[in-house]
Amino acid sequence: MEEAELVEYFRAQIRGDPDVASAVAAIRSLLEFLRRDQSETILGLRENMTQAIRRLEETDSSVAVSSGGELFLRFISLTSLEHPDLSQCKNVMIERGELFLKKISLSRGKVGKLCHTFIKDGAKILTHSSSRVVLKVLENAAADNKRFTVYVTESQPDSAGKRMAQKLRKLNIPVMVVLDAAVGYIMEKVDLVIVGAEGVVESGGVINKIGTYQMAVCSKAHNKPFYVVAESFKFVRLYPLNQQDVPDRFKYTADILKTVKDLNQEHPMIDYTPPSLITLLFTDLGVLTPSAVSDELIKLYL
Amino acid sequence: NEGKELTKEEKQRLRKEKKQHKKNKKDDKGPPEKEKEKEKASVPAPSKPATQSPAHKAPAPVHASESAAAAEKPAKSKAELRAERRARQDSERTSKQGKKEGGQQSASSKPKATPNELQPVVKRLPEHVQVDDPAALKKLAKKLERQQVPLRSDYGYKVSLFSHLHQYSRKSPPTLQISIPATVIHPSIVRLGLQYSQGIIAGSNARSVALLHTFKQVIQDYSTPPNEELSRDLVNKLSPYISFLSQCRPLSASMGNAIKYIKKEISNIPSQCKEEEAKGKLQACIDSYINEKIILASEAISKYAIEKISDGDVILVYGCSSLVNHILCKAFEKQRKFRVIVVDSRPRLEGREALRRLVKKGIRCTYVLISALSYILPEVSKVFLGAHALLANGYVMSRVGTSQIALVAKAYNVPVLVCCETYKFCERVQTDSFVSNELDDPDDLIVTRNGKSHLENWQTVKSLGLLNLVYDVTPPDFVDLVITDLGMIPCTSVPVVLRVKNVDQ
Repeated sequence: MEEAELVEYFRAQIRGDPDVASAVAAIRSLLEFLRRDQSETILGLRENMTQAIRRLEETDSSVAVSSGGELFLRFISLTSLEHPDLSQCKNVMIERGELFLKKISLSRGKVGKLCHTFIKDGAKILTHSSSRVVLKVLENAAADNKRFTVYVTESQPDSAGKRMAQKLRKLNIPVMVVLDAAVGYIMEKVDLVIVGAEGVVESGGVINKIGTYQMAVCSKAHNKPFYVVAESFKFVRLYPLNQQDVPDRFKYTADILKTVKDLNQEHPMIDYTPPSLITLLFTDLGVLTPSAVSDELIKLYL
Repeated sequence: NEGKELTKEEKQRLRKEKKQHKKNKKDDKGPPEKEKEKEKASVPAPSKPATQSPAHKAPAPVHASESAAAAEKPAKSKAELRAERRARQDSERTSKQGKKEGGQQSASSKPKATPNELQPVVKRLPEHVQVDDPAALKKLAKKLERQQVPLRSDYGYKVSLFSHLHQYSRKSPPTLQISIPATVIHPSIVRLGLQYSQGIIAGSNARSVALLHTFKQVIQDYSTPPNEELSRDLVNKLSPYISFLSQCRPLSASMGNAIKYIKKEISNIPSQCKEEEAKGKLQACIDSYINEKIILASEAISKYAIEKISDGDVILVYGCSSLVNHILCKAFEKQRKFRVIVVDSRPRLEGREALRRLVKKGIRCTYVLISALSYILPEVSKVFLGAHALLANGYVMSRVGTSQIALVAKAYNVPVLVCCETYKFCERVQTDSFVSNELDDPDDLIVTRNGKSHLENWQTVKSLGLLNLVYDVTPPDFVDLVITDLGMIPCTSVPVVLRVKNVDQ
């Protein structure tokens, strides 16, 4: 499978199912790539896969694609591939890949089930930008006949918050869009803050749309719980010490990385929230404190 | 007449049997006693014997004891069996007692459990020092007497909060109390003890490596006495050495882990293994331990740490940590552009050594004393700290002053990175710097300026105490990242690493 075909397949997946997480779409494309791969050796196969993952990262520079791809590669090559025949090995790998895909397609549902119990009747929730996982959680809570109001930040520069508000209105949830600058103002009214994540890093912190860090600092100052909902394939082996330490390839969108020469003139799309500001993380591996994330990562990667 | 003689002979035989009983009992309780007999029988040799002479001396007294044993061979066999049974009961009793004692003492008795299995005969003191408890002191004195290790006496008035710790003077090392040449202690151990107590070898890695090299020497010179197994006897031989070294300077966590490893390796030697082979195996084990846990670990840590050093960084280091210096030198070789601020503190002034090494490499350095910390911190972008040990609850034990640096760095929002190899991870739990620490020579605090030393006669002032602490403990909230050879982990994940390591073993 050629790289261009791979990218096309990936884009087709996203177009076909706009609700799917970009990482899931990436993994579906990687699985297809694996099926159509023509290499003769396992090493060649792995190299091709790594190359494919890199290519996908260039297309969609979110942290989730990178982490999901790496976890996929590790998962399928975790078995001792001792079959002498390459095609047998490949079949085993494809089987495991499909298992992985099935698991992670269910992860969003698991997170939703875990988190919606934390939303009490009459709660006022603040969220940031547009996250499909948060949407699922709120959907589950609404289905449980809970009454709550949602405040969404506008989240410039792409006004993703407005899209989130539309989706929530369709679910008959009372929602209000606030300016990004109004987070401090609205914080005293809300009971809890729930945000999604693009990536969860080793320290237990999260990488998410720009403005999340601000929200976390404000919620800490007001002593409001700050919850993060993320699937486990978003766990990534990064360890940023501060905002500056996040690698450039995640900060800006893929198109900007390719076209613009001086990145200092561009505004980053994500920021890093340190673990000290996060109360709990809801993942399909369970409800974790930020310090338990490292434990899970060690289990996943070592 | 014959009847009389027979009864006399019988009496003699009975007496000999009784003596043998007693001897076997004593033998099991204190194998060094046998050493005493050997040493007494040997000719006094020069203080630094070559490796040949201990081996030389050993065959001569062995012959003597063998000839004595030959005469009592028939009586011995029954007595031997009885003695062995008694020794087994003894060991079970002492290990049970030891475990009970450990339970009564504070939390840090867990590491005591494993050494007890390996040394059922010698009762070990719990890891917590209790100098102000006369019962504990008496036990320690008795144990050292049994092992023929000199007891070092404390020096000077101790500040009441730390009166449970030892405080020794550098002017009276325990090596002075050892008679030369006839000692139970191997000469290279005596040399090592002197180097520790005088501060010639300082720093966690240096002390561990020196200890392991000395143990290699000891194993080289060791020869199994007859009727003994190498795996058990060598471990018993090592315990007086370890007591001696801890009298010279309390053992560090890294040294403790190294000793545990060696004892495990020794006791895992199969009994049918020949002596030369076993010795070679042990030496290879020690070499591989040093290589893996210290040298290769520092390479791995440098690799991770260099990722965290970006161009234009201003890095703050404290004191002299061999690992941090290594990282900075490696980063400089990889053409990273950064400058270093070395923070130093009295009375050790170790920062000067670090400064010397870094400047030699060509790194731009600034040197300040710790009192100027809040002045220079606004220009610092990262703080790199070394560690003496990482405790099981995530606290970092390091040179005194480290927690101060971490605290002020946190207040200025500067990331604090601790670099530590995994062999320094310790199962102990500590939340403050009082409970377990080391007191250095208080006379070090006396400073002479313009010919006047103000604290010279501090002993005469009854209410004055000089406190020279060596270590302090930093809570995990002040540490942003720990770089180990397993990767970069948050400070709260130290127990996870310990769990993974225990599973591996």
